[in-house]
Amino acid sequence: MSIEILMPALSPTMEEGTLAKWHVKAGDTVKAGDVIAEIETDKATMEVEAVDEGVIEALLVEAGTENVKVNAPIARLAGEGEAPAPTPAAKAPEAPKVEAPKTAPAPAAAPAPAPTPTAIPAPKADGERVFASPLARRLAQAAGLDLKTIAGSGPHGRVIKADVDAARGKASSSAKATEDKPSAAPARQVQSLEQMGIAPGSYDLVPLDGMRKTIARRMTDSFRDVPHFPLTIDVEIDALLAARVKINAMLEKDGVKVSVNDLVIKAVATALRRVPEANASYTPEGIALHHHADIAMAVAIDGGLITPIIRSAETKGLAQIAVEAKDLAARARDKKLKPEEFQGGTFSISNMGMMGIKQFASIINEPQGCILSVGAGEQRPVVKDGQLAVATVMTVTLTCDHRVVDGAIGAKFLQAFKPLIEDPLTMIV
Amino acid sequence: MSDFDLIVIGSGPGGYVAAIRASQLGLKTAIVERAELGGICLNWGCIPTKALLKSGEVYEQLSHLSDYGLSVKGAGFDFPKIIERSRGVAATMNKGVTFLMKKHKVEVIAGTAKLERGSPAPKVVVALTAGGSRTVTAKNVILATGARAREIPTVGLASDGDRIWTYRDALAPKALPKTLVVIGSGAIGIEFASFYRALGSEVTVIEAVDRILPVEDEEVSKAARKAFEKRGIAFRVGAKVTKLGKSKSGVTVDLEVGGKAETLQAEVAIVAVGIAANTEDLGLEALGVKLDRGHVATNGHCATNVPGLYAIGDVAGAPWLAHKASHEGVHCVEHIAGLKPANLNTPIPGCTYANPQVASIGLTEAAAKAAGYDVKAGRFPFRVNGKAVAAGETEGFVKTVFDGKTGALLGAHMIGHEVTEMIQGFGVAITLEATEEDLMATVFAHPTMSEAMHEAVLDSFGRVLHL
Repeated sequence: MSIEILMPALSPTMEEGTLAKWHVKAGDTVKAGDVIAEIETDKATMEVEAVDEGVIEALLVEAGTENVKVNAPIARLAGEGEAPAPTPAAKAPEAPKVEAPKTAPAPAAAPAPAPTPTAIPAPKADGERVFASPLARRLAQAAGLDLKTIAGSGPHGRVIKADVDAARGKASSSAKATEDKPSAAPARQVQSLEQMGIAPGSYDLVPLDGMRKTIARRMTDSFRDVPHFPLTIDVEIDALLAARVKINAMLEKDGVKVSVNDLVIKAVATALRRVPEANASYTPEGIALHHHADIAMAVAIDGGLITPIIRSAETKGLAQIAVEAKDLAARARDKKLKPEEFQGGTFSISNMGMMGIKQFASIINEPQGCILSVGAGEQRPVVKDGQLAVATVMTVTLTCDHRVVDGAIGAKFLQAFKPLIEDPLTMIV
Repeated sequence: MSDFDLIVIGSGPGGYVAAIRASQLGLKTAIVERAELGGICLNWGCIPTKALLKSGEVYEQLSHLSDYGLSVKGAGFDFPKIIERSRGVAATMNKGVTFLMKKHKVEVIAGTAKLERGSPAPKVVVALTAGGSRTVTAKNVILATGARAREIPTVGLASDGDRIWTYRDALAPKALPKTLVVIGSGAIGIEFASFYRALGSEVTVIEAVDRILPVEDEEVSKAARKAFEKRGIAFRVGAKVTKLGKSKSGVTVDLEVGGKAETLQAEVAIVAVGIAANTEDLGLEALGVKLDRGHVATNGHCATNVPGLYAIGDVAGAPWLAHKASHEGVHCVEHIAGLKPANLNTPIPGCTYANPQVASIGLTEAAAKAAGYDVKAGRFPFRVNGKAVAAGETEGFVKTVFDGKTGALLGAHMIGHEVTEMIQGFGVAITLEATEEDLMATVFAHPTMSEAMHEAVLDSFGRVLHL
């Protein structure tokens, strides 16, 4: 059964790019991590790596082709008959991983270029018609609610007044909660671009869709209201990469492939079991210590990002995490997640390693107490036993909500996380 | 194992429609009826009264023929034939329901039902009209037993079929009364007043509150009173009947109007002071079925407090209208079948088929204000509507009530010729949650009386065109 390799998105805003060069030709055998092509955008040239083993069946786009749309098939890989027919949903994440040059093998299954995860109801794709009554449309507009984010209860899922009232009730009660806070900041006075010296007509204005508004609101609220701080640590991943090759060899017969990101999820879940204080949420009534590590992973999608959740990840094996993560990421990109699949995580991971980002600090995804920002794995000089040596190093940063996770707790979590990554065997005990 | 999936008790517009819908959804259904299929609506209510009113309307038109450049000599009527036609219409509709039950394979059980404890739903014991008894069981039972005229025996408001009539007697009288007192100015009272007045009876309508058609918008009540008074109907509003007595020649009605006593004499009195739900002799007490002010109490899906037992239509409460019963019947059956039924609380239109007609849906202006809306109301009279002028039907107007904040259509109120056919337009608009913008953007055919609907909407926002 052949697998289509799709044009990858190098950034959330990328819509098309130039397929600059092929490193393989039809008939070549490739294995995961092999560079197969180079893609140019206006910003950079990136290498495309194979994720799957197999034989290149055909190159569908000639080298030098410009304006190749994201997610367009660029090549077909014959999967050596090892994998069952992949479902359409399973295809998308099989797209080649893109990495900055000179980095270690793809560190993540979920390219998550934005550090700001959010949770909103399953938004409808842009351009998709939203069925809503005229009154519902007007009420939503007046309340500043996006119809795309409101579930309709009318005939054929039509959004009716009652749905908007319900959504508005939620919004106003949270607005009220904000008002009730004595320290609530006054509304910001936002000046227009013109007032700030940008000439009218010198830019295009892209309307804010529901996802953009939600991201803007949640991130603003979080960054302003949550006292947060970052903790950064380096972890060596050579052993992890080696273990991944072995694990994938073992799982090959099941058609399961474990990514570095899956290993990070597993390590985080295990570390949270050992340091449950880091799996917490601040509430005015008290600190909620979550029973399970429901790991939200940031996935970049068209027009924004979304954080599908691996529930009770501490109870799940790597293979299961890999399968779930792949499915969730694929459906996230297709915008087919159910609200319960991306709402209610207890800890977030944002991975920008495949984008070549060395280090970053994400914004807290309320009400979660922590978010882990995963940078690129890259070969760096390290000092071992007084000697200079080369190791593949990955920098991770834990952003903590200081109301629940103090520096010592955050450090304790990272101290638990680091050995799990550096000696992955310890994850299975 | 139950005999049926569903047993419906009562075959009025609530019951028989529920049975048809159940059959469409594949439920094995039976319907129990103690009298005629179709219930009051078809046999003794909505339909035969419309037949009478048509006779009255046509006869009244004859007196205006010269307005149209026409003349007729020797116009008259044959009262027994008018009644006969009305009964014939009822019989036709009744046959229609018989056919529908057969077509949809609904088993009709002629008899009087009584409920007994059972599971999953109460057992239905039917005292068969043909004699004997039959016990049937079902997974679900719907009570659709309707209502009857309310009587107040303490002041003599109990019908005797001779001098004191209910709607039933008024539908099939032996002779046309020369003088008539109608007690109650709701839709039923007004329709009979209109019919009998059209045929020449001296009619006085008594109403306890200070205006006629009290559920309608105040402007409509006022216009209706004027229109009926023009036709010679007399009114006593704010009047309390203290005693209804019979005399040799007819009835004596003692009233108290504004603290003053008054006595009216008439050949006949029609009692139309509301309805009483048919909850008796059904075994409801023994089952512990909860009632609410005389009606069977139900929750959002017409379910009673007894498992497997539902109630729809008049027996389950106001408004006491056939189409409300049908709507509940369909909703209830779809809920039973596990579907997602249409909203139960959708506004129910109300119509009075007097001459002129009255039709309304949703909130009156006063009710909208009381509910705290920023009301924008507008109206448009038929006297400046081209079609109405051409047809010589210039009485009345259309009024619309909007929420000024959201543009939601809250209510619509009409009085005039055939306005009962026009109200559905606003019904569709309210159900689809249209705003004033949508209604303004809708193109109304010209010339039609419905253009007044468009103009009323425009007027609500200060944009009326032809006024």
